[in-house]
Amino acid sequence: MSEQDSFIIDDPENLIFRLNRRTLSDPSILDEERRKVFDRSWIYCGHASEIPNVGDFETRNVCGRPVIFCRDEDNKVRVFLNSCAHRGAQVCRERFGNARRFYCFYHGWTYGCDGRLKTVPAEDSYPPNFNKERLSLREPPRVEGYRDFWFISFNSEIISLDEYLGDAKDYIDLVVEQSPSGRMEIVEGTQEYDIKANWKLLVENSFDDYHLVSTHKTWLDYMKDSGVQIRAPKGQGLLLPTHGVGKNLGNGCAVIDNINFRGRPVAKWISIYGESAKEEIEQIRQELVERLGEERAARVADTNRNLVIFPNLVINDGSSVTIRAFWPLAADKMKVTAWALGPVEETRNARARRLDSFLTFYGPGGFATPDDVEALESVQLGLQTWRELEWSEMTRGIDKEGEQLNTDELHLRTFWRQWNKLMTQVA
Amino acid sequence: MVTADSITRAEIEDFLYEEAALLDRWRLEDWLELLTDDAEYEVPSTDAPLSKTGDALFLIADDFNRIKARVKRLNDPEAHAESPRSRTRRMISNVRITKLQGADIHAAANFSVYRFRYGYDVRHFVGHYHYILKVEGRKLKIRKRRAILDNTELGAQGAVSFIL
Repeated sequence: MSEQDSFIIDDPENLIFRLNRRTLSDPSILDEERRKVFDRSWIYCGHASEIPNVGDFETRNVCGRPVIFCRDEDNKVRVFLNSCAHRGAQVCRERFGNARRFYCFYHGWTYGCDGRLKTVPAEDSYPPNFNKERLSLREPPRVEGYRDFWFISFNSEIISLDEYLGDAKDYIDLVVEQSPSGRMEIVEGTQEYDIKANWKLLVENSFDDYHLVSTHKTWLDYMKDSGVQIRAPKGQGLLLPTHGVGKNLGNGCAVIDNINFRGRPVAKWISIYGESAKEEIEQIRQELVERLGEERAARVADTNRNLVIFPNLVINDGSSVTIRAFWPLAADKMKVTAWALGPVEETRNARARRLDSFLTFYGPGGFATPDDVEALESVQLGLQTWRELEWSEMTRGIDKEGEQLNTDELHLRTFWRQWNKLMTQVA
Repeated sequence: MVTADSITRAEIEDFLYEEAALLDRWRLEDWLELLTDDAEYEVPSTDAPLSKTGDALFLIADDFNRIKARVKRLNDPEAHAESPRSRTRRMISNVRITKLQGADIHAAANFSVYRFRYGYDVRHFVGHYHYILKVEGRKLKIRKRRAILDNTELGAQGAVSFIL
């Protein structure tokens, strides 16, 4: 296959959609996708609530670059590449904190939290054309935020974040509207773990409801034991107890949007929360109705949404709000970072319930995520046969007009079409 | 007879070694017998080792009902992450009684837990335990166990799908 050839066979007229498995296992794909996918898209960097005060910073790796996500003295969110203009050492080596200066200990260069080079030891030994103005910390070509979610892009020509997110903005709005003041915050405690699988398998897995019944049988049993109705109604073609749909949101972003059956901290009581939680959840619901009206409140509180922002950000808005970004470490290995998000006004009880609810399903010690990890790692081992077994089937729902179910694969095809488009574009 | 105020380090060591042996042999039902019926089992996130459940996102924050559900899940062959089961080997050391508080015996121990599965590289969990133990019916019981990882990220350790 030459470089410009398609990685998918996309032929809806003949009801065919196949994915070349090389995309998930061939190490030579990875360098190319770092440049053509990650460096050409908007990439999630952090949430404004992680750096509430002037001088607050978080360091992290985004798109294979160490960056500083911080708030400058004008209270503006900034992102800097974490590398000294002099020799390249990282100017901030703490994971998080508060600093008015970033100090490179190697030769002692010091930068302000606006990125400007402030002091250089023994500056008089530099020639007359030495210009500190030119030697600020470098920023990514584009930094933009939407409702406290901050993204960066290494593609200076990219469309605005607003346009890129497109219909996905509605789904971010549904997250933010859970807070009476419209302010959500990242909760302390980060789950960071590797999966020995290609990063794109986690994109698929994050909004693939087809796998739920077989992969997460023990989680469904736990729900059932706790008094939650988990049986699918007969005769509607459903695998799960409630109806849900998959949608293309544009630019590779997609969502599954399901009627809730698994509870929501904001605000749908289920038996797992216990009788004592009923009253508070009802109050949270009431506040939603008063603020947003009956219809919008039901939209927020009675559906669960698993959102993929192309390429590597997942917001699971359901039994908790999970923010998950993940990065390739190798063709067959990724690093996952997961945070919990909640309304700033939440009471201690409600916050505890949210975090507890998160852990029933998600995370390296949850009752479901470890089985997802096992599935993805099993796929990756199986994909060592990619030279013999070249194609994966991805046609669920392809012959339907109109609505596609959450257990169909329209949303997966949406991701792969965008990925394929970027990978096959002639630069 | 074991009582809280006459307990010795050696008795606690014996108890923790027995617990480790049960867990390494996957005798989870027997392990449950070591717990009080208000027991808690916690593994904090690696970047917030000192935080409180309810305030911070943990990796595991089980009350006794959740612990029982976890054991039920792990005994189900459809808990795919541990089916086939991993082999674990726990090294428990540096056992100390850190505080006696009424009936509560606070104890600390270091752990080094190796997890082997398929042909994978070994996954190595290193850290320390905080225990709150109680004497119930002349036997030591676990009221709380918190496993605090030294790994700065869970990273290559992957998942905490077994009982750490």
